[in-house]
Amino acid sequence: MKLALFADIHANLEALEACLAHAGEQGAEEVAFLGDLVGYGADPGAVLERIRARAAGGAVVVRGNHDAAVAAAGGDTMNRSAEAAVDWTRRQLDEGQLAFLAGLPLLVRRHDACFVHASADRPADWTYVQDALRAAQSLAVAGATWVFSGHVHQQALYHLTPAGYAKPFKPLPGVVIPVSARRPWLAVVGSVGQPRDGNTAACYALFDTTRATLTFHRVPYDWPAAAAKIRAAGLPESLALRLERGE
Amino acid sequence: MNSHLQTGDVVDGFRLGEQLHGGGMGRIFRATPPPGEAGPNFPLVIKLPRLGPGEPSETVVTYEMEAMVHAALSGPHVPRLVATGDLAVQPYLVMEFVEGRSLKDWVGRGPVDPGEVARLGAALARAIHALHQQEVVHLDVKPANVIIRPDGEAVLVDFGLAHHAHFPDLLTEEFRHPMGSGPYISPEQVLGVRHDPRSDLFALGVVLYQLVTGHYPFGSPHTQRGLRTRLWQVPLAPRRLVPGCPPWLQEVILGCLEPQGADRHPSAAQVAIDLAHPDQVTVGERGRRLLQPALWALAKRWVMAAGYEPSPLERPSQQLATASIVLAAVPTLHKNERRFQALREVVQRLLASDPDRRLTCVSVIPPVSGLAGGKEEEAGTSQRIEHLVRLRHWAEPLGLPAARISYHVIEGGDPAAALLDYARFNQVDHLVIGAPPAEVTLKAGFISTRVAAEAPCTVTVVRVRAGPRDG
Repeated sequence: MKLALFADIHANLEALEACLAHAGEQGAEEVAFLGDLVGYGADPGAVLERIRARAAGGAVVVRGNHDAAVAAAGGDTMNRSAEAAVDWTRRQLDEGQLAFLAGLPLLVRRHDACFVHASADRPADWTYVQDALRAAQSLAVAGATWVFSGHVHQQALYHLTPAGYAKPFKPLPGVVIPVSARRPWLAVVGSVGQPRDGNTAACYALFDTTRATLTFHRVPYDWPAAAAKIRAAGLPESLALRLERGE
Repeated sequence: MNSHLQTGDVVDGFRLGEQLHGGGMGRIFRATPPPGEAGPNFPLVIKLPRLGPGEPSETVVTYEMEAMVHAALSGPHVPRLVATGDLAVQPYLVMEFVEGRSLKDWVGRGPVDPGEVARLGAALARAIHALHQQEVVHLDVKPANVIIRPDGEAVLVDFGLAHHAHFPDLLTEEFRHPMGSGPYISPEQVLGVRHDPRSDLFALGVVLYQLVTGHYPFGSPHTQRGLRTRLWQVPLAPRRLVPGCPPWLQEVILGCLEPQGADRHPSAAQVAIDLAHPDQVTVGERGRRLLQPALWALAKRWVMAAGYEPSPLERPSQQLATASIVLAAVPTLHKNERRFQALREVVQRLLASDPDRRLTCVSVIPPVSGLAGGKEEEAGTSQRIEHLVRLRHWAEPLGLPAARISYHVIEGGDPAAALLDYARFNQVDHLVIGAPPAEVTLKAGFISTRVAAEAPCTVTVVRVRAGPRDG
């Protein structure tokens, strides 16, 4: 069975639709959403509707820091443009959508996999798993063979060595990587809606549960349209520029 | 887990035949496919790793890596992989039985004739390059892991220590440090670096040295301290040990054994070209040397080694891209200055971007029928020299140093086939060829169209704009 993993969608409808279509072509039967469904982008309502429909069908959805900030008024320590986007986003959503965000779990375990937005180690602290040390900490408490997360917008794959260290690896798009159950793995699947590695293409990953393989993908999408919507909505200019530059 | 298995036993349907090898890491048997199944149309062997109680966990990971890397490889320089066993049930690898002789048969019997060394070395270099082109660094190149086919080409086996740039590296220093075989591993491997394709060039240099002299250049150390001497030590000149070793061969060998990857050949394919064309190797002090460097020079190398910084390469292909081989097909039979000029301009642009890129200039001339010793042979030689002179003249304005350029006059009745064979054999990356003049419409039968259609690499077809008549 092929499971598509989407993180950091950030209300970017164009990117989400492109990734869903790509995953469909690759034979994905199930999807999971790894948090930060909204914030930054101009289509929070439409994006949430698509994700709620999948959730109703049994898809895993976990909460990200932006989702938490939108659901619970005020609070978090975010940068100014993120905060502006959070306030704007809240005004776009109806009660049902806000309740959906408020009800999302921080972490979900299914079979041998663990789904979490940031680190499995104190997930509400929103730690950036961006190095081997933090990956090892997340793996140590996840209690799963495969940990799938987001939050860090760059794709990365870690595996745990017999001595308990996490070894980092920078995956190439489209390469089928064997991730056998003989050791624990942590994958940061990259951001669907706001890539930050200088490449505008959306990121996601595909996990083949039968073969125990993982494939990281990059999907080109209509970012000029997504950026235009951000400007039309009166959201901070920097958020539109980020999509245009992919950083 | 599998040490009880013997000839006649069946593993996942494969029947074990004669045992061919029983080394430390595992055993190899001839094998036949399950009865009733067609199976591949070539003979098979099965490799059973030594796993189980008492065996270190590293052998499990080695098996995993070998299965993963071998499955991703293809081409004539690796045995075709047929099946792998589930590690949890019965690990095994079933692969093609490669006809030929182990390179081990050549070592240990004293010095090998330098011509033979060059032939074996070029074959091994081509096999190594084929791996690098597939993003794999072997990291355990040694005679025991090389089979020479009856046609002279080399096959590399045993990918248990290999590194594939597309996959996470499961072998870490936790298991064994350093990983590899003492006499052959490169200085950077001693320091734990596993991603540099030039590590295989170092091992190639050790194999060549061993073949020529019968000795290891840095001995067979087992301690970390002993291994580290190769970071600064200069091996005894092969010509000192074997006076018959030609300077050009010593130049190539000692070039491969440089402690810094950047001082070695930029790619294995370039080593192969040197070994196949001794007359075009630029021999420097390295090749002529008989004595060891003075103490102060060694001290300087020792200080350099203390600050050793491994290169920040991401993938073998990254290194190969800067070290590619460009072939210019120069039609010296037709003296057409405008077409020569156009060809040269394109080649110049291709070579400008990377100082490690290498040019081979090739001209195909009709075969000179020659009865040995006769007048015709003399005529043939003078004709070859004439075209060599024209090739050099064509390349002169490029101003390339001798080490970056070579010239080849090939005799052949079918120029397209001759160019294609040359490009395939020498692992050329980019072929530049002239098109017929603009007035002539390109058709399927032309040399340039056939080369473009069948070449194993990128082809640039250079066309001169219609204009003033050629002078």
